[in-house]
Amino acid sequence: MLKIGFLHSVIRKDEKLLLDELQSRPGIEVVMIDDRMLTFTLGRNGFGVDVVLERSINHSRALHALRLFEAVGIPCVNQSRVATVCGDKLLTSVALAEHGVPQPEVRVAFTEESALQAIEEMGYPVVLKPAVGSWGRLLAKVNDRDAAEALLEHKTTLGSYHHSIFYIQKYIEKRGRDIRAFVVGDECICAIYRTSPHWITNTARGGVASNCPVTSELSEIALRGARAVGGGIVALDIFETQQGYLINEINYTMEFKNSIQPTGVDIPRKIVDYVLRVSPRPTVRNRKSTQAPVGA
Amino acid sequence: MIAVGTAACPVCDSPVSLAADLTESEIIRCPDCGSELEVRSMEPAELVEAPVEEEDWGQ
Repeated sequence: MLKIGFLHSVIRKDEKLLLDELQSRPGIEVVMIDDRMLTFTLGRNGFGVDVVLERSINHSRALHALRLFEAVGIPCVNQSRVATVCGDKLLTSVALAEHGVPQPEVRVAFTEESALQAIEEMGYPVVLKPAVGSWGRLLAKVNDRDAAEALLEHKTTLGSYHHSIFYIQKYIEKRGRDIRAFVVGDECICAIYRTSPHWITNTARGGVASNCPVTSELSEIALRGARAVGGGIVALDIFETQQGYLINEINYTMEFKNSIQPTGVDIPRKIVDYVLRVSPRPTVRNRKSTQAPVGA
Repeated sequence: MIAVGTAACPVCDSPVSLAADLTESEIIRCPDCGSELEVRSMEPAELVEAPVEEEDWGQ
């Protein structure tokens, strides 16, 4: 019996679909691990699972829990290094640049003055993003110097410390849509267009999903992006430009519930197939349990 | 929907039926007041207010 630790906080539709898929497979026992109840004792593995599938909604909990599970020899999907890179837009951009994967121009600055200088050099519009953040929160499209000065001052004065790392991305005109490509292992399994009249196209912000055919060109850049951040199960946000595709962001706890119907791809099945492929052989245990010890 | 239990909504106190296929930690919505609720326990049936979105939530 393969024991799969399912690391979670609240269970959304995405997690429910994964749980349904896991429970439909023979030879699997799902061990629910609620990150709100979890404690770790360094160096001790009392979890009794063979692999962990991470589905936490909190990035910070996911990131550190993955590292702690790995520290006691439990393989995780995704690996903590993937979470580290994907959870930080600055680190994602560095990884993409190091691997020569196309992305919009990005500059980074640490003070209001240097950030303003960088923005002026890039030309308007640009997008200011928190290096750590999701669902399109606190993204700011900056159209002119007045807005830049105000936003930089507000971020410095009102923001928590990580808002003082200014991640500045050249604004890309999306013509109302971008692409989300889903990569599982070595395959780009499907993609959607996210269409919205707003420049932020996240489906969490109202973007509408429709099928995007996975061409060889799209598959290639998606796989290159996925490999740049360490591989595994990732979803890539991609811009279409006249110069070709540019990778905007990469997500490591991907949300997919709105993408199954338009693509016709059984995404939970693909994810579970991958988890089983990378799982070690199960250890022999007689005890049946569905609740992980909250401390180990 | 096959309901296996009923719990009071912690916001409006209306009875909320819990479907048999719900799981602990799952998010549901109160049909009366529309509040997002989390299934704290199926046996006994218990609902709590869903946690509020935090800055590091999301993919």
